[in-house]
Amino acid sequence: MIAHALRDAGMEVIYTGLRQSPEQIAEAALQEDVDVVGLSSLSGAHMHLFPKVIEKLRELGLGDVVVIGGGIVPPEDVPALLKAGVKKVFTPGTPTSEVVEFIKQEVRA
Amino acid sequence: MYSEDELRKIAEAKQKWHQSMVAKVIARYPESKPGFETSSGIELERAYTPADVGGLDYLEDLGFPGDYPFTRGVQPTMYRGRLWTMRQYAGFGTAEETNERFRYLLKQGQTGLSVAFDLPTQIGYDSDDPLSEGEVGKVGVAIDSLEDVEVLFDQIPLDKVSTSMTINAPAPVLLAMYAAVGEKQGCSPKALNGTIQNDILKEYVARGTYIFPPKPSMRLITDVFEWCSTEMPEWNTISISGYHIREAGSTAVQEVAFTFANAIAYVQAAVDKGLDVDTIGPRLSFFFNSHMDFFEEVAKFRAARRLWARIMKERFGAKNPRSWMLRFHTQTAGCTLTAQQPDNNIIRVTLQALAAVLGGTQSLHTNSRDEALALPSEDSVRIALRTQQVIGYESGVASSVDPLAGSYMIESLTNRVESEAANYIKKIDDMGGAPAAIEKGYIQQEIHDSAYRFQREVESKARTIVGVNAFTVQEAPPKGLLRVDPAVGERQTRKLVELKKRRDSGAIAAALDAIRGAAETQDNLMPHIMRAVKAYSTLGEICGALREVFGEYSPSGAL
Repeated sequence: MIAHALRDAGMEVIYTGLRQSPEQIAEAALQEDVDVVGLSSLSGAHMHLFPKVIEKLRELGLGDVVVIGGGIVPPEDVPALLKAGVKKVFTPGTPTSEVVEFIKQEVRA
Repeated sequence: MYSEDELRKIAEAKQKWHQSMVAKVIARYPESKPGFETSSGIELERAYTPADVGGLDYLEDLGFPGDYPFTRGVQPTMYRGRLWTMRQYAGFGTAEETNERFRYLLKQGQTGLSVAFDLPTQIGYDSDDPLSEGEVGKVGVAIDSLEDVEVLFDQIPLDKVSTSMTINAPAPVLLAMYAAVGEKQGCSPKALNGTIQNDILKEYVARGTYIFPPKPSMRLITDVFEWCSTEMPEWNTISISGYHIREAGSTAVQEVAFTFANAIAYVQAAVDKGLDVDTIGPRLSFFFNSHMDFFEEVAKFRAARRLWARIMKERFGAKNPRSWMLRFHTQTAGCTLTAQQPDNNIIRVTLQALAAVLGGTQSLHTNSRDEALALPSEDSVRIALRTQQVIGYESGVASSVDPLAGSYMIESLTNRVESEAANYIKKIDDMGGAPAAIEKGYIQQEIHDSAYRFQREVESKARTIVGVNAFTVQEAPPKGLLRVDPAVGERQTRKLVELKKRRDSGAIAAALDAIRGAAETQDNLMPHIMRAVKAYSTLGEICGALREVFGEYSPSGAL
């Protein structure tokens, strides 16, 4: 869904599919030379897995890649995720246009 | 029900009503939009009349509850005999924690159990596997071996409750574990009641917890059908699920169509294996979503019953009336829950639950108000269960069977959902059946297109979601959300270390070898899996042995 909206907005999107480990995600980001990594977790594992992805990206020298997240994330978890280096967390009900705008701003800057 | 002459008069009168009254009113006070339609895009009349269901033959198309084609329900007395089974899907953390939630729910008047497993269990990994990191016990209970299942059902008499297990790729393993616990409690597997989901095709298109490629996956399913026909004859061997197809964004018509296309593939596979359609037919069960579009949902359940009865009788030549009956579980639509103003979700769930009851469901799960934010808290689950109890015990809607039958609108929608779903099934047949259509990506694309259309309607505000794109307020952050203890993974890992010290490693190696050997041949795998489970092989070991022979599925051309 998000991928479709981003493509409609003229972006190139690489969807890695389900159940990727943090290592696999960082590796794909390196291979594809991306500007942004979008993470989604519906299982409640975001507090563990999102920071882990950022750690792996930094290990590969991709510390400047913008990481955004979404899924079933309780609002009270958001500050800790931002502190861990997630640029923005989009919670359920966010219009896709908001995600598009955010990425455009981040990447332009 | 009406003579042709009467129908013609009604149609003419409607025409006149439109010209003399409606047109004038619309000229001064336009309707709020140019046309009205259901979620599936079925155009809705301003007002329905007998002329809209002129072709309906009462005895042929509706009949009586408990009688072919079961449009009005699968039992003659329906809820007058016994209300639907109130079955809340639950599971988180360790088996100990989930056992406690189960016993709480049973004490609150719940009448059946439904087990949620965590993601590692659903894709066949033990809790100590590196891929399980962060996910252990999160969306369901973590199960690694028979030992965990013994704890899960501690003090719950399996001869008295029925249990549904949402497990697909590793379904044979969990089924074997359940049967083994039954035996340990002194209850023969032959007498055990319950359901395993065991529906792999929808995992490829909508849900995602597949392990093996389609061919060996279909074989595991027919192995379960065959084994259960003698060893667990009361067990529902599959729950063919439209639920997740709908959650992924399909319409009501697509939900029915794609579910039945998958069901046809399973029945065909069983028949091709030499199983009798009237042996396996009565053990098939289904699982549908109950969504927001109230009347279309009621019509969907009725249409599905009629369509399935006709498929089993006419297409597969089933003769046992029990093979014709569409028995199904329903869950309210998780995707309609909003993180904004979560208490509004109680009202959404009430409407959806009512549609499921008016549609004649056999069992029901009502979602909790806080599920767009986290796993449900105990308080939220209680409200969800109470919603069913108020509908069942207070509203009076359960007192007469199929009370909306004969509504011109409901009957017209029932006809439309049935015929449009049948058209889809025909299209899928022409592609070579559901597995071929999935391989081509056809079903995935259809679902995706519907989901995208819906999202666009929400974003353009053509569709109102209360509290999300209209009637919003500033809200304080929600309180009292359930947190799964992050130490669950460590606890499960410790249990595994202890277990591996105690087990007979020779027996484990032999049992796993036997599984590999049987997987290479056409032998039924269930007796081998049963033996491995009883020796306390872990889920990851058994699925690992099967992975070695079957390989793993990797999706191509994902959207």
